[in-house]
Amino acid sequence: MTLDTVLFFIMALGAIISGILMITRQNPVSAAMFLVMHFFMLAGLYLSLQAQFVAVMQILVYAGAIMVLVVFVIMLLNLGNEEKLTEKVNAGKIIGYSVATLFVIQMLTVFFAKPTSFSTMSQKAMVIGTVESIGDSLFTKFLFPFEAISLLLLVAIVGSVLLSKRKI
Amino acid sequence: MNSILTSIPLEYYLALSAMLFTIGVVGVITRRNAIIIFMSIEIMLNAVNLTFVSFSAFRGDIVGQLFVFFVMAVAAAEAAIGLAIVLALYRTKQTVYVDQVNIMKW
Repeated sequence: MTLDTVLFFIMALGAIISGILMITRQNPVSAAMFLVMHFFMLAGLYLSLQAQFVAVMQILVYAGAIMVLVVFVIMLLNLGNEEKLTEKVNAGKIIGYSVATLFVIQMLTVFFAKPTSFSTMSQKAMVIGTVESIGDSLFTKFLFPFEAISLLLLVAIVGSVLLSKRKI
Repeated sequence: MNSILTSIPLEYYLALSAMLFTIGVVGVITRRNAIIIFMSIEIMLNAVNLTFVSFSAFRGDIVGQLFVFFVMAVAAAEAAIGLAIVLALYRTKQTVYVDQVNIMKW
């Protein structure tokens, strides 16, 4: 067991456990806190894949901006614990959990049926995750999608202002 | 140089990503609170991002990581719009539980 194997399993288990805790919490604020932990675990996994820029963006955008927005709305609405549904046996929940288990088993069977040809990381992985190389291709080859995404963000700003306004 | 690269095979990352995606799906179909449904959608988007980054690293192709950048921008826009919809919903119906919002149900 090398150090990177130990770190991978710690972060993978952390991501799975915090994800499960997030979807089972009754209180929305504690669910949001477990989601922040989930995002940090994923940032660690990105670092293990040598994707420095994506890891930093994960913490800045997800754990920073998006989660602040979510917690802000939860506090604004002053939500309490989620009340249980009146019926005891919930058919939708049972079907949902069994379909999900079936899906995971199917995916794992497919992934581990035959070893892929990618047993080790590419040597180029060291270079492509840096800010320099991502910026280089973002402002040359992918300039049009980059501009299009800025237009999408502008539409989102206008849309959220319009939706949350009491009277237009 | 070789020692810095992880020795975990690609299958482990793909399997982890499938499990995280399924956690997100279960969250969407079992919860009633609209904000928690949004957070489950974020988990699903993150699982897909993990697949993109791991393929990008193992194939030595930068496009996967650029796509993750775009997915993050779309997720930020989706969160802003979605939470504005939840606020508008709370103002008109005084609830965020999706099973109590059925005015468009036929």
